[in-house]
Amino acid sequence: MRTAGNKASPVYGIAAEFSCARDLFRAAEKIRDAGFRRWDVFSPFPIDGMDEAMGMRRSLLGKIVFLGGLAGFLVAGAIQFAPTTFFYPLLVGGKPNGLFTAPAFFPILFELTILASAITAVAGMLVMNGLPRLNHALFNWDRFKKVTEDKFFVAIESGDPKFSERSVRDLLESLGGTHITTIHGD
Amino acid sequence: MTDKEVARPSLVLNRRTMGWISSYISSIVEERTPTWWWFSMGVTVPLTLLCLACLAYLVSTGVGVWGNNHPVGWAWDITNFVFWIGIGHAGTLISAILFLTRQKWRTSINRAAEAMTLFAVVCAAIYPALHVGRVWMVWFLAPVPNSNGIWQNFRSPLLWDVFAVSTYFAVSVMFWYTGLIPDLATVRDRCTSKIKKCIYGIMALGWRGGNRQWRHYEKAYLILAGLSTPLVLSVHSVVSFDFAASVIPGWHTTIFPPYFVAGAIFGGFAMVLTIMIPACALYKPLRDLVTADHVERMCKVILLMSSIIAYAYLMELFTAWYSGNPYERAAFYYRAAGPYWWAYAAMILCNVAVPQLFWFKFFRTHLLWVWIIVQFPNVGMWLERFAIVATTLTRDFTPSAWGMFHPTWVDVCTFAGTFGLFATLFLIFIRFLPMICMFEVKAVLPEADPHYGEER
Repeated sequence: MRTAGNKASPVYGIAAEFSCARDLFRAAEKIRDAGFRRWDVFSPFPIDGMDEAMGMRRSLLGKIVFLGGLAGFLVAGAIQFAPTTFFYPLLVGGKPNGLFTAPAFFPILFELTILASAITAVAGMLVMNGLPRLNHALFNWDRFKKVTEDKFFVAIESGDPKFSERSVRDLLESLGGTHITTIHGD
Repeated sequence: MTDKEVARPSLVLNRRTMGWISSYISSIVEERTPTWWWFSMGVTVPLTLLCLACLAYLVSTGVGVWGNNHPVGWAWDITNFVFWIGIGHAGTLISAILFLTRQKWRTSINRAAEAMTLFAVVCAAIYPALHVGRVWMVWFLAPVPNSNGIWQNFRSPLLWDVFAVSTYFAVSVMFWYTGLIPDLATVRDRCTSKIKKCIYGIMALGWRGGNRQWRHYEKAYLILAGLSTPLVLSVHSVVSFDFAASVIPGWHTTIFPPYFVAGAIFGGFAMVLTIMIPACALYKPLRDLVTADHVERMCKVILLMSSIIAYAYLMELFTAWYSGNPYERAAFYYRAAGPYWWAYAAMILCNVAVPQLFWFKFFRTHLLWVWIIVQFPNVGMWLERFAIVATTLTRDFTPSAWGMFHPTWVDVCTFAGTFGLFATLFLIFIRFLPMICMFEVKAVLPEADPHYGEER
């Protein structure tokens, strides 16, 4: 029985290696159907249709970015309207001020909306992915280094309600996983 | 579906595997520093220092060391600013617009093109920041409360420009870095030395490549592409507003925003090819990823953009004539036939005439020819900006205010130095970061399809 990490620390989960995207995809569908919750598949690149194969819904990120963009828009509106209308009205050639000159504010309204949306998109992605982090139990397993090169992995976490070493090992083996390994923490 | 589907040309040649892609591209970063790199740095670093020395001289002495005068208050500084920021646009176009339109061939060139964007924007940002004169007062551009109670004029295109360019730079950095994360993880996992592992490990942010990460990642990437697309179009439009929103003949035209954007894409693609062709000559196996087909497609984009700006040049002349405005007519008469006729004529040669060679497959497929031809847009786009800035200002409304512009040695050295800065940053980039987006190239391989080899 292969193990990785410090055997004295609690088990993170059981992982298996697959050799191609197609096998990983089929395995994901089976694990989904077996009713597991806390598990993941790992691949060197995003695989088309894997979200459905794992039974996951669309990422919520889009909605969060909308809120971020809205905040940027409102800030841009405030920092332009307030000074030009109240704090420091610039009278140039008797031309109108404040709200009447709204078209002149569009470029900055647009730019700050984009900026705030982009910041929200990147920060939101990192937070939802639990990044940045310096270490992870999976990095204790040497073979896992190949995940960023050309190998594919499945890991079922010990926190899953259906987790038991025996049954998970058998399941991964029946799906064609190789190098099935119990991963411990540090 | 017919039984014989038309096969698309393969994006990666010689049946390269995923493993090969990772090991080859990472090996460029991992191997010993090649001799040519030191030689190149030997040229570009002194040029960069020259630029910095000129800027130090400028700040310590005053903007008068440049050749700017009355009436030519905007001279090489604004010309060079628009030139460099325009070059940056091809990177965003390749990474964002071609991503949204699902042009998968972009995967092997987007990383280098985005890096080019960042470095071009760095070069561009020097000029507006320093031509303000008292650089230490540049924070006045930001709307922060100050003890004088002064606020910015938010109706000024120059302030829009500050927001547009800084947003563009910030979003480009985020887009580029987001694309780098999975590849930095590849380099991290291959590293053997402890120090490198630590540095790349921190930069990779702990990326594991789980699908629960990829799904947010892909969404974020899609959103960033969607945000960058209108952004890139807006940036050069806002840059063109610096001119178009004025009341100066020759500048005050509605055609400027689309004309500037097309010119930016034109010049930017020329710069991408200028850089990528030598890079692929130095690292020969890259030709399996950046194939002749890629070069040909980029040549076609250049040809299209050349035709669009040719139309814009003609339309400018027509509008000036049709407007019946004597000042407008005079501005264009002097642009084409005034003291700077040579700049206008060379611009037409470089931007309109020479790129037409790309109609012929021969010129699109022979790399040496491609490289020679794309030097013309590089020069031509600078001349275009110079022609717009200088010809209009040297021939103002009243002949008593007419005058010529002569660059000083500081102008020349600063501009030459920005090329050194650009090249130095690019050399550092190809030495320390994977210059091709490995995970995206892997994803366009046929075996990346989860149904690869299955009966349909």
